[in-house]
Amino acid sequence: MDLGFTTIFWRDMIRFVRFKTLLVSSLLQPALWLAFFGIAMSSNFDRLMAGIPVPPGAHVVGYLTFMAAGVIAMTTLFTSLFGGIVILFDKNWGLMREILASPMNRNHIIFGIGLSGVAKSFIQAIIIMVFGVLIGAAFFSGDTPVQVLISVLGILAFVGMFALGFLFLSAAIAISMESPEGLQGVITLMTMPIFFASNALYPIDSFPEILKILSIYNPMTLLITGIRYFAIGPDFVALGKHYVFTQADILVAFIGLTVFSALMFLLAYWRFKNAVVT
Amino acid sequence: MDEPDPHRDDAMIVVEHLEHAYGDFRAVDDISFSVKKGEIFSFLGPNGAGKSTAINVLITLLALQKGRATVAGYDVTRDPHKVRESIGIVFQDVTLDREMTVWEMLEFHGRLYNMPVKDRRERIEELLKLVQLDAKRDEFAKKLSGGMKRRLEIARGLMTRPKVLFLDEPTIGLDPQTRMRMWEYIKGVNREGTTIFLTTHYMDEADQLSDRISIIDHGKIIATGTTWELKNKLGHDVIYLETDNNGRAQSLLEDFPAIRAIKPKTKGFSLIVTEDGTKVLPGIIDHLRAGGIEITTINLKKPTMDDVFVFYTGKEIRDEGKPPARSRSAKSMRR
Repeated sequence: MDLGFTTIFWRDMIRFVRFKTLLVSSLLQPALWLAFFGIAMSSNFDRLMAGIPVPPGAHVVGYLTFMAAGVIAMTTLFTSLFGGIVILFDKNWGLMREILASPMNRNHIIFGIGLSGVAKSFIQAIIIMVFGVLIGAAFFSGDTPVQVLISVLGILAFVGMFALGFLFLSAAIAISMESPEGLQGVITLMTMPIFFASNALYPIDSFPEILKILSIYNPMTLLITGIRYFAIGPDFVALGKHYVFTQADILVAFIGLTVFSALMFLLAYWRFKNAVVT
Repeated sequence: MDEPDPHRDDAMIVVEHLEHAYGDFRAVDDISFSVKKGEIFSFLGPNGAGKSTAINVLITLLALQKGRATVAGYDVTRDPHKVRESIGIVFQDVTLDREMTVWEMLEFHGRLYNMPVKDRRERIEELLKLVQLDAKRDEFAKKLSGGMKRRLEIARGLMTRPKVLFLDEPTIGLDPQTRMRMWEYIKGVNREGTTIFLTTHYMDEADQLSDRISIIDHGKIIATGTTWELKNKLGHDVIYLETDNNGRAQSLLEDFPAIRAIKPKTKGFSLIVTEDGTKVLPGIIDHLRAGGIEITTINLKKPTMDDVFVFYTGKEIRDEGKPPARSRSAKSMRR
């Protein structure tokens, strides 16, 4: 079996641990989001929600718990969208010509970048979960250790599939672009609607119709639904809204992410097949 | 020009009627040549002559548009995978990751080419010794000097024991001493049996290294031969003269036997002679004196590649940094 992608993975991980400032900042950034935005907003929202009646027997969760799932998703989105940037640098100043002139199948570049990006996202997701629980997010409440383990694996499955999709997209953009500035511009432009037209920080039910439709099909929403299902539970109340997820909902969300990743892979495959770097 | 014969089994590279265009601009215009096994073969020409385009087609980074090319016996269009497995490449621009070490860079290459662990680790040790980077194995690429980077890239090109090593402008931007040492490395690699194809716009480099040279300009091969053949075609020696009346001196010498060509220069003129210059020179001096011409400067030299280039292309090699007028297409083809 051809394991060319492990070479790309190995090299990208070397860079990940070598750029110390990047490593630390990429791990610190989500923690800061939780610590500042999370605590600030939750103290406000929880005060506003205090007077609103909740259905009897419902599992009410605070805002910090609600948005911690969003922060995992946000971090995964940013890390993944920038995960392909190494390709652009390689193309302009680095190893891309060596790689493209080698006998290695070009799909392995895409897979290798995907694998290392997923590994980075896993590390970040776990750090956010640990930190979130430490500062008071009610994740996995009342679960046995085995249930916690299953939930964490469930979350990582969602994070991994989502990350792959955006890593493939990032790789496709990076191989097609000429300058890092342009790449940064395009990616920053994309993160806005993806992040805010989702259920990361607030429920989407009261959105205007068009925005609501966009948000429902947004991979970001699918990911967050999955994370909340595994981290909080199938039935809870947050921000005055009653969330109920069936197993079928979760399966559909995961299939949705899989389809998204598959499409992004095809896009990257097409861009790499036609890439000429001389 | 020598006619390539694809059936000759000692040919490592055979190119027939290769053409490559970027839009309307023909970067490579119907070139044919062949490189024998064990040879160092050079493309000599100015920047923008089409050398890099030709090399990129041969190393399968650019799709072949027209013509035919085989490398190590494999067709670049039908068997690109086999071609890639058979060759090593040193690119024109530095192609290293600044944040990786010397050892990592070679390890990466070995893995990229699917070399078994034991084999690639042994090969890395051999090559680090060969290019004298043994002591620098854990140094980051960004800490290496220009010459060391080039040596690392040559070592990398040799990792898979390629049949053909492609060197695109191997000594560009290096200081004279480092260049001469690079030439020694390249010759050493060739002595071990690797066929080498190199492009250069340095006359001395082509002269020093090559068994055979193709002079290429505006996408066409103008002449091919050994350095010795090319110089001989040009004539035997070059005599440079400055006199008190260059115009009259030149007309006096027009029908002088053994003079093949007269090339005016800024302050004097050059005579290309067909026989040994040391034997011809006294006769020329006598002839000019008899015509009342005062000679102020005499210089006799064996022809250099510069003379050869000027002889075949009718102009001095274009300077670096002064690309041809169509610089836009030239730029886009480089990147």
